[in-house]
Amino acid sequence: MSLLGHGSEALRARHRRAAFFRLFCAAMTAFGMVVLVVLLTRIWREGHAWVDWQFLSSFPSRKPELAGILSALVGTAWLVVLTALVSVPLGVGSAVYLEEYAPNNRWTRFLEVNLANLAGVPSIIYGILGLAVFVRGFGLGRSLLAGSLTLSLLVLPVIIVASREAIRTVPASFRHAAYALGATRRQAVVHHVLPAAIPGILTGVILALSRAIGETAPLVVVGAFGYVAFVPAGVLDDFTALPIQIYNWTARPQEEFHALAAAGILVLLAVLMLMNATAVWIRQRARRNRPW
Amino acid sequence: MNGPALAERVTPASLFRQSIDWKELAVRGGLLLCASISVLTTIGIVVVLATESFGFFRHVPVHDFLLGTRWAPLLEPRSFGVLPLVSGTMIVVVGSAVVAVPTGLATAIYLSEYASPRFRSIVKPVLEILAGIPTVVYGYFALTTITPALRAIFPATEVFNAASAAIVVGVMILPMVASLCEDALSSVPRAQREAGFALGATRGEVATQIVVPAAASGVVASFVLALSRAIGETMAVTLAAGATPRFSLNLLESIQTMTAYIVQVSLGDTPAHTVEYQTIFAVGALLFLITLGLNVLAHRFLRGIHRIGE
Repeated sequence: MSLLGHGSEALRARHRRAAFFRLFCAAMTAFGMVVLVVLLTRIWREGHAWVDWQFLSSFPSRKPELAGILSALVGTAWLVVLTALVSVPLGVGSAVYLEEYAPNNRWTRFLEVNLANLAGVPSIIYGILGLAVFVRGFGLGRSLLAGSLTLSLLVLPVIIVASREAIRTVPASFRHAAYALGATRRQAVVHHVLPAAIPGILTGVILALSRAIGETAPLVVVGAFGYVAFVPAGVLDDFTALPIQIYNWTARPQEEFHALAAAGILVLLAVLMLMNATAVWIRQRARRNRPW
Repeated sequence: MNGPALAERVTPASLFRQSIDWKELAVRGGLLLCASISVLTTIGIVVVLATESFGFFRHVPVHDFLLGTRWAPLLEPRSFGVLPLVSGTMIVVVGSAVVAVPTGLATAIYLSEYASPRFRSIVKPVLEILAGIPTVVYGYFALTTITPALRAIFPATEVFNAASAAIVVGVMILPMVASLCEDALSSVPRAQREAGFALGATRGEVATQIVVPAAASGVVASFVLALSRAIGETMAVTLAAGATPRFSLNLLESIQTMTAYIVQVSLGDTPAHTVEYQTIFAVGALLFLITLGLNVLAHRFLRGIHRIGE
């Protein structure tokens, strides 16, 4: 009897511990959610009053009430387009090579290991590479082109990984059917594999580019200027970008500039949300219309 | 009868194929060239860091750099001891691990062992949003929200301080820890959990004594990858921790990390080919070697999983 009582006491303790542990895990899970809510409300409260047409259509200024984000917005748009032009063909090409062509040999394994390691290189190191190679080596200066090339190298591993996953989801039967009709490997890839993989690739590309938009450190090293009171007209112009502008405002001691930074963050987050929503929309549409 | 006829029909076709083989070859070559860009990137990083660091080490002895405790490359008398930057980085990394490791692992356990599919479908996107927020936004958050809160609790806190940076970097790497850990936990076979339940273990006991140990190498790999990410984190620590290289472990003081130093030099206009300019390559090389080492370590842990899986 006492043995049983002792046992059930121990059992109750174990169940108490289990309940406590569950509560602990739930609380920790809640932590992330709470931080996100606090972060977003803080930024919204500080910044939303400043986001208006004047803010979107003005250049940075020493007077907070006149300052705007136009040059940063246009700079970011330039960066995204140029980065996509460079990184998407290279990334998709690499992915096609690795998935469809690469023989199973040492060189291929080296490529794989190299990609895995590149994905872990801090973004600021890409900035240093861009500074030495594009800004100084190629003599591009602190230009949009130098910034975009740097960002391209940075997002290339992300695009390659995403494109490979998309290509891998295309069933082997697609390729076999093409080969059976006498298609060459190139024809099978261009006419059958890639069209089927495009929604997946597009989703990955958009997510990779939205990462590029938020990158600040490599652009600072490459030399994006904080104060650009003009809209860049060509790829060799100086530039600023949304995160750089936000950084500049945040780094100032005055409260008004912090509010401007919050307003800039709202614009940046809106751009990111738009891109992510597009990616999700493409993914879901593709899932519905998938031919397999 | 059919045979020769087929062969005749095939012959022109195979001749045709011979002629487009060049096209195939060109496509293959072009694709190989694309794939080689990533190798060129690695080579570029290594060559740039190595050559510029070499120039730096002609002026500054290696042991002065690695063992010196005073970092003042921009002020006279100049001194190039990198340890203050390393200690600054380590404070932030250890602090962020204190925040992110328990919360990330507990979140992963909750998601993989307790949560309903519906709850997971809410939490996972939230974690993805947290992971997708640009680091400069976290820097703003640290400076305008975390630092004032810290100053309210510890009045001695400086405006720029290591604690604020550590906390915000912890929040930044939390989603990474959580999602990588969850992948590791979910890959533990269901049968192992059921064996635990059959022996009368509670859900918590199954989680802590069966699932987490079984997924240990994946869990550790996620910690290592997250730490490597924390070491390379730049804008948030630049904004929150300031630019005072200090060889100290005081969390409430301003410090400077390796990455923040690189930003500081980049924002100034240091002329090329001076020793000051070369410092960013030497610091960058150190940063690259540390993160590379951690990544290789993490992948070794992950390979351990695959061996068990076989």
